[in-house]
Amino acid sequence: MSGWRRERAARDARIEAGRAHAAGKVVAAANVVDLLEAILQPGDRVCLEGDNQKQADCLARGLSQCDPARVHDLHMVQSGIVLPEHLDIFEQGIAKRLDYSYSGPQGSRIARMLYGGQIELGAVHTYLELFARYFVDLTPNVALIAGVSADRDGNLYTGPNTEDTPTVVEATAFKNGVVVAQVNEIVERVPRVDIPGDRIDFVVEADRPFYVEPLFTRDPAAMTETQILMAMMAIKGIYAEYGIRRLNHGIGFGTAAIELLLPTYADRLGLKGQIATHWALNPHPTLIPAIESGWVKQVHCFGSEVGMDRYIRERSDIFFTGADGSLRSNRAFCQTAGLYACDLFIGSTLQIDLAGHSSTVTQNRVAGFGGAPNMGSDPHGRRHPSDTWMKAGREAQVTGDPALMRGRKLVVQIVETFGEGLVPAFVERLDALELAKKIGLELAPVMVYADDVTHIVTEEGIANLLLCRTADEREQAIRGVAGYTEIGRGRDRAMVERLRQRGIVRRPEDLGIEPLDADRSLLAARSIKDLVHWSGGLYEPPAKFRNW
Amino acid sequence: MSERIIDPATKGWAASWYEASARARIDGLLDTGSFREVIGPEQRRMSPHLPLFDLPRAFDDGMIVGSGRLDGQPVLVAAQEGRFMGGAFGEVHGAKLVGLLRAALALKPAAVLILFDTGGVRLQEANAGETAIAEVMRAITQLRAAGVPVIGLIGGRAGAYGGGGLIAATCSRLVVSEGGRISVSGPEVIETNKGAEEFDSRDRALVWRTMGGKHRRLTGGADAYADDTVAAFRQAALDLIGRAPAFDLATLEAEQARLEQRLTRFGDCRDATEIWARLGVNDPEAVPALTTADFDALLARLGETTHDAR
Amino acid sequence: MEKLSFRHTTQNALAGAKAQAITGVVASGNLEVLLERALPATECTVEIETPIRGYGEVWAAVVADFVARAQPGGLRITINDGGARPDTVSLRLLQGARLMEV
Repeated sequence: MSGWRRERAARDARIEAGRAHAAGKVVAAANVVDLLEAILQPGDRVCLEGDNQKQADCLARGLSQCDPARVHDLHMVQSGIVLPEHLDIFEQGIAKRLDYSYSGPQGSRIARMLYGGQIELGAVHTYLELFARYFVDLTPNVALIAGVSADRDGNLYTGPNTEDTPTVVEATAFKNGVVVAQVNEIVERVPRVDIPGDRIDFVVEADRPFYVEPLFTRDPAAMTETQILMAMMAIKGIYAEYGIRRLNHGIGFGTAAIELLLPTYADRLGLKGQIATHWALNPHPTLIPAIESGWVKQVHCFGSEVGMDRYIRERSDIFFTGADGSLRSNRAFCQTAGLYACDLFIGSTLQIDLAGHSSTVTQNRVAGFGGAPNMGSDPHGRRHPSDTWMKAGREAQVTGDPALMRGRKLVVQIVETFGEGLVPAFVERLDALELAKKIGLELAPVMVYADDVTHIVTEEGIANLLLCRTADEREQAIRGVAGYTEIGRGRDRAMVERLRQRGIVRRPEDLGIEPLDADRSLLAARSIKDLVHWSGGLYEPPAKFRNW
Repeated sequence: MSERIIDPATKGWAASWYEASARARIDGLLDTGSFREVIGPEQRRMSPHLPLFDLPRAFDDGMIVGSGRLDGQPVLVAAQEGRFMGGAFGEVHGAKLVGLLRAALALKPAAVLILFDTGGVRLQEANAGETAIAEVMRAITQLRAAGVPVIGLIGGRAGAYGGGGLIAATCSRLVVSEGGRISVSGPEVIETNKGAEEFDSRDRALVWRTMGGKHRRLTGGADAYADDTVAAFRQAALDLIGRAPAFDLATLEAEQARLEQRLTRFGDCRDATEIWARLGVNDPEAVPALTTADFDALLARLGETTHDAR
Repeated sequence: MEKLSFRHTTQNALAGAKAQAITGVVASGNLEVLLERALPATECTVEIETPIRGYGEVWAAVVADFVARAQPGGLRITINDGGARPDTVSLRLLQGARLMEV
């Protein structure tokens, strides 16, 4: 055996072992456990595709049923820890080490298992960061992925939720790894080829369609006056002021409210065509009224959203679609777009400290970051100007040669001063620091660092941190919008008033907004049903969001 | 493009019944400025029971009663606030409605309007609540026998469940919107007793096609179907006042016959869509998504859904 | 339930002549505010019943800011709280004052 082709030979041997349980590339769902036991080896690095939305759940069930005597000590490298099986395998001894990005629904359990030492944690990454490491030091030996359909040669149609699949396959297939795809059905001819068949080694016909969670649907019926007020302030005080055309939104109700105010409130301000035209965004149902009213020029998506497929097909001028007509999403590309080609990120968080550091980690939940730190950071590698970026750069620049000034990405936190159960969003010290100490993390799980945040929007006002010149100003600007939290009540009133004179703290009345006008009648849609109407019946919301 | 609820360029929203508070519903329903509240919030006639459970009270106990005019006609009106304790009947809440109905017997208004929005009886004062339900039903039958129509309007978040569903069944006529629900046992109660296989309370589409406004209207459980606007409810209430059935033996016997016939005809159906198919609906799966105009057209074509049986 | 009571002096009486108004609903995260023109022109009282204990200081701050801003002289204000956040309380108080100014 050549000394330079050992990996290739090992890969061929794994595939050979797997073929015993397959007909060509095709594996019956009942043979998944046998297949996995044949191709996996102790200590393997495995990506069990758990995306933000799409889950390779049939393969996850299979892996959790493997014999820990044969399959053990795996090193899981996957973006999402979403299904119970993703953690079951650590309890069973099948897996040992973990590198991941996001663990929304399993946030509490993962925290318990980290405390209990059942998981050896590498790091909690951003998506783009984990994807990058797939090509450097976390390359999978085996990838277990999910798609909608495949032919017998392995040509794969991922469907609208392409998400992480191309990245995972690229890293695995081209570095001597084995790729197993679960599909909802095996067909003669796939609608379009998202992944060519020579990168797929085995195709499993799953016992049921893969699981997708509707993560990006915000019911307008639950939107509050406070959220509408914050959205009005963001539109008038930030979007209009900086002329923001290229942007990404988080998934909270505050940003969904902004989407629903574009065709109404922002229209009255004469901002159509001036703001919010180009997006890196999942297909949020709450964006439908803005799209239908001609506000939106283009949207590139990380993934899809349950119920939006038909609508997207009929709006290919707006979305990226394949020759077959369905959405083509791609998390790696869209994250890159959000990082480099967007001038603003606006999202929510659970805790902000006095410097402006923020985190969604609390003492008993480790939700991970997903893409927020990529979206919510100022990319130092950016080299193209835009009016928005340059204006923000001018506001931040205090010293040095103006000819060498560079722009700034706007990173906006939009938070209500009190969250669920009267928990304050503003704190002296992030819980994330406590957690890091407790489980021995070298790096505290901070979502957005203070030096990346440019604005904080609350129901009390907007703090423009770009204009702050000292740490003290920054602290008082934050206290000045922290409402009736302890942090807010601890403000230096005179100093906050001076910051207000300089436009660093702006109240609704400074922006010409009457808080009592923040009314649900401003929303372009007040229910999911309204969104269906706006879409001309093309949006098909899942049952949990219907009341008809 | 289908109907647009909002035209941002020209007009704002029509006020939603589902979203409106009980007070806003009354204000929009009656002639402007005509409402006179009895036992208003300033009298602070609040629940004597809730403080025992460390629960907050409401000044009106979630029931607003009074008089007003509907297109000039004198009416009495009662409205439940579905967001306070789920609109549930407690002692004061129930007593206010009973009192209003008894006053109607003396005042003989053109109609009594009941704006339902209730999950049933308040657990913390269940005896008083149950008693009130019985007293309300008795008062309604007396009122109807005296020739005063009682119109129920159902389109709030809480629907008309439990005792509210029973009371609704004694009304002369009912208006319902798509979001409105009418039933006795609620989805969670059915699931708890019979299991999620029998009825998955989290499957909202199932809940609405079994108990929601369209199904109730299709099977004759409600007499008018209204858009979710205060204006549409007002119009529907006006129409129904003139079409209230006599409350006599003939009406009751016809109702009984209808109900028996319904059971024979649909008793073996496993899902509302099967019932709709038997009613002659060509595409039952499409019913939940139908717009009001299309649904009205469907009703007109079926032609058999208007009668007095609940 | 925790009962709180605040009394303030204002510069002047609240404009308008409306005798009473009510706004909001007692529901989770919400509250109802009853306003009655029942006191001397430069006095204002606010009485609160809340199921959430231990937020007396926050209520005091919210009420003081409201009084400074709206100058609700002559009003007796009574609140049934369902666990509303301070910003919601503030909004309802201002809504109530506006209703009384009609």
